[in-house]
Amino acid sequence: MTLQFEARVGERGFDLSFQVAPGETVAVLGPNGAGKSTLLNLVAGLLRPDAGRATLGGEVLFDTAAGAFAAPHIRGISMLAQDALLFPHLSVLENVAFGPRSAGVRAAAARSAARDWLAEVDALELADRRPAELSGGQAQRIAVARALASEPRLLLLDEPMAALDVSVAPAMRRMLRRVLADRAAIVVTHDILDAFTLADRVIVLDGGAIVDGGVTAQVLERPRIRFTAGLAGLNLLTGVRTAGGLVGDDGVELRGAAAEPVAVGARAAASVRPSAVEVSLLEPDGTRNRMRGTVRDLEPRGDLVRVRTEVLSADVTPARAAELDLAAGTPVWLAFPETALSVYSAG
Amino acid sequence: MRTGLGGIPRWVAAIAAVGALFVLLPLAAMTTRVNWAEFLPLITSESSVAALLLSLRTSLAATALCVLLGVPMALVLARARFRGQRILRALVLLPLVLPPVVGGIALLYTFGRRGLIGQGLEVLGVSIAFSTTAVVLAQTFVALPFLVLSLEGALRTVGTRYEAVGATLGASPTTVLRRVTLPLVLPALLSGAVLSFARALGEFGATLTFAGSLQGTTRTLPLEIYLQRETSPDTAVALSLVLVVVAVVVVGFAHREGAGAHLSAGLRS
Amino acid sequence: MKATTASAALILGLGLALAGCAGGAPAATGRSASPGSLEGSITVFAAASLKGTFTELADGFEAEHPGTTVELNFAGSSDLVTQITEGAPADVFASADTKNMAKVTEAALADGDPVDFATNTLEIVVPPGNPAGIERFADLARDDAKVVVCALAVPCGAATSTVETATGVDIAPVSEESSVTDVLGKVASGEADAGLVYVTDVIAAGDAVEGIAFDESGEAVNTYPIAALRDSASPEVARAFVAFVASAAGRRVLADAGFGAP
Repeated sequence: MTLQFEARVGERGFDLSFQVAPGETVAVLGPNGAGKSTLLNLVAGLLRPDAGRATLGGEVLFDTAAGAFAAPHIRGISMLAQDALLFPHLSVLENVAFGPRSAGVRAAAARSAARDWLAEVDALELADRRPAELSGGQAQRIAVARALASEPRLLLLDEPMAALDVSVAPAMRRMLRRVLADRAAIVVTHDILDAFTLADRVIVLDGGAIVDGGVTAQVLERPRIRFTAGLAGLNLLTGVRTAGGLVGDDGVELRGAAAEPVAVGARAAASVRPSAVEVSLLEPDGTRNRMRGTVRDLEPRGDLVRVRTEVLSADVTPARAAELDLAAGTPVWLAFPETALSVYSAG
Repeated sequence: MRTGLGGIPRWVAAIAAVGALFVLLPLAAMTTRVNWAEFLPLITSESSVAALLLSLRTSLAATALCVLLGVPMALVLARARFRGQRILRALVLLPLVLPPVVGGIALLYTFGRRGLIGQGLEVLGVSIAFSTTAVVLAQTFVALPFLVLSLEGALRTVGTRYEAVGATLGASPTTVLRRVTLPLVLPALLSGAVLSFARALGEFGATLTFAGSLQGTTRTLPLEIYLQRETSPDTAVALSLVLVVVAVVVVGFAHREGAGAHLSAGLRS
Repeated sequence: MKATTASAALILGLGLALAGCAGGAPAATGRSASPGSLEGSITVFAAASLKGTFTELADGFEAEHPGTTVELNFAGSSDLVTQITEGAPADVFASADTKNMAKVTEAALADGDPVDFATNTLEIVVPPGNPAGIERFADLARDDAKVVVCALAVPCGAATSTVETATGVDIAPVSEESSVTDVLGKVASGEADAGLVYVTDVIAAGDAVEGIAFDESGEAVNTYPIAALRDSASPEVARAFVAFVASAAGRRVLADAGFGAP
C-alpha cells in the first residue's frame, strides 16, 4: 500500500513530491505556513491541486492530467486533527462505529468492532459517554479509535498532541506508537519528540517545498541545513573535511570526530549541542575549538539562557549571562571541546 | 434560575419594557373586547371551524413544503460557491420584504389561468387558482425565507469541519448529510419550521389575491376574520384571539429553553 | 431608586405622548358662517364605490365655496363605521347601504337624519371578449363557469343573494370576495369567467371589463344614504356638503357615473 504523491498548488506556493512505503510512518516537520496542512488536505481529498498525481496502492487518488479526482470518502484515508471533532450528537461508541457503519457494516457488528478499537486505545469505559463529557485527552483517544475503526489504508495525523496538556501527551504518544507500528501514516508535527517516537522517516517542509528528508535519527541528529538544525535544536557548521575535523567556510579550523566516514576534502557538515558551548569575553585558553561571534539575542529557556550569535548558539546559566553582562551586540568568544563536534557528510 | 438585569443599564431595560408593552398592549386591548358570553358559540360555528381546520391543514402542508424545498436551498447557499450567489440569496429572501399582496399578484401571474405556468397547466386540465393548492402555494411563498434564513445561519455556524471528518471516515455525501449535517442543525431546522408554520398560519394578502375566499376551500382563518368584521365584530375578535393563542402555543413550544442546549455545548467549531 | 423612578417616568411620558397624538381634533377651526361665505375644513368618510364621484363632488364644492377644504377617506362601509364609532375624526359619512348607516344613527353619532342620495344595482361583469360566452343571469349557474361574487357580509353580496332568491338561480361561486375591487380584479385578469358588481363599478372599470345588464337586477336595489356627523368641528360646512351631494348638481355627477336616482 504505497503512497506516491506529487502536487502543485499555485496560490500557496506548494510544490513537492514524496512517497510513503507500506507500513511506514513519515513525520512532516516545518514551521507554520510551510504547507504541512495543505499536504494532508491534498492527500485526504479535501483540497484539489492545480497540477499533480497521487496513487495509493496503485489506485489513483487524483490525476489532474487525466482529470481524475477520487472523493474523500472513497480513498480509504482517515484523518485525525488537533481537535478531536467527535460528533457531538452521537455517543462515544457511535462515534467510533461511524466509519464501519458508513461502509455498510450492520449496526451490531459495527458497535462490536467499535468496542474492540476503544479497548485498543484504553478507552473502553468511556463507550457510553457523550463527547461533551470528555476531557481533551480522552476525546483525542476516541478520535484515534474512530479513525482506525474505519480500517484506513493510510492514516493522517495533524499535530495530534498539540492541543493536549503536557501531562497527558506522553501517554497519548505511547499509545500512538503502538497503533502506528505497522501502519502507513503521515504525522504532521512541530515537536521532534513526536518525530523520534513515532516516525521511521522525516520530511522537512519550508515554503511549500521539501528541504530535507531521510531516516529520523539521520535527519535530526545530523542536520544538513540550518533549518533542520534549528528544528532539532542543534548548531550547524558547514565546510570541508580535514584529517582532524573540519575547516569551516569562514576558514576557522575545528577539531572533532567523524560520526560517519567522510573523505578528506569532501564537503562536510558538523553539529554541536548548544549546551556544550561556553561563552566568554576573552579568548579562551586551552585547545578547545573556538570561534568569535556577536550576540544577537538572549532567550530564557527554563533554567538556562540561550545565547544566539550569528555563528553558534550557546546555553549558559543566567548567572553567567549576568556575569558577562551579555546584551545584543556584545562581541564574545564561543568555545567547545573536540568531543562536542560531530562531523558527517554534507550529503 | 437567578433573576436580574444581567448587567444591562436600567434605562435599557426601561426602553425594552416600553417595546414589550407596545406589542402586548394591543393584544390585551383585544382581549378586553371579547364577548365572553358568546365566545364558545362564535368560535365553534360552522364557518369558524371550517376556517380553523383549513388554516391548520394548509399551514402544515405549507410547512412541509418549506422544509422539503428550504433544506436544500439553505445547504446550497451556505456551502456551495458559485457566481451570482449573493444575488440569488437576496432574491430568495425577497418574499420577506415584499408586501404579501404583491406576492399574491406575482403568484397569480405565474400560476393563474393566463399565467406563465398556469397556461400550460390549464391545457392539462390542472387549475390552481381558487383551489386549496393555491392557498398552500401562497403560504409557502411567504414562509419559505424564514426556514432558509434560520437554517443557513446555523449551517454557517456549524462549519464544514465535522462534514470533512465524516467524509474521511468513509461516509458518502448523502450519509454525511443524513448522519452529521442535519442532526447538528436540527434545533435551527425545527425553529425555522415553526416560524414558517406561524407565518403560514397568519398569511392573508397573498392568499386573498391568489386563492380567493370560499368557505372550506380557500377561506383560511385570517380571511374569515377579515370577512366577519363586516357583520359580526364579536366573531372577528373571538377568532382573532383563537389565532393568537394558537400562534403563541406553537412558537412557545418551539423555543423551549434548553431545547438543543446539549448540542451547542458539544459543538466546537 | 432614582433610576427606577426615572424609568417609570419615561414609560409614563411616552404613554401620555402617544395618547396625546391619538385624540387630536381636526385642524379645522369652525367659525360660524358669515352669510354667503363658508369657511372650514371637513373630512368625508365615503364608501369605496363612491371614489370617482365624490372626488369630483369635493372639487365642485370647494370651487363653489372657496375657503373650504374637503378631505376624503374611502374604504369599505363597515370599516368606516368601525372607525367612526371608535372616534375617528369624521364630519360626513356616505354609506353604500342603509344597514351600515343605521349603525351610525343608532349610536347617536349622526347630526340630523340621513339623506338618501343615490341607488345602485348589480350588473354582470366579464373579461374583455367574454370568453365563457355569458349572456343571462342564469348562465352564472353553469358548471363550467368560474364565477366570483361578493361575500354575503358586504352590501353587494347581500344584493347578490337577494337576486338569487328572487330568480331561483343558485350560483356556486369559486370565491366570495370581501370587496367589489377584488371581484373586479379577478374578472379583469381573466382568472374568473364572470362576476357580479355594481353598475357604477363596471363604468368605472372602463375597457378592463365588459358589462352585461340583466333584467332581474331590479330585485335588489342598494340605497346610498349620506349624513353629517354630530362631532364635527365644522357642522355648517358638513351640512352644506350633504346638501350639495343631494342637490340637482350632485345628482348629475352621480348619474353620469351610473348611479340611479334615490
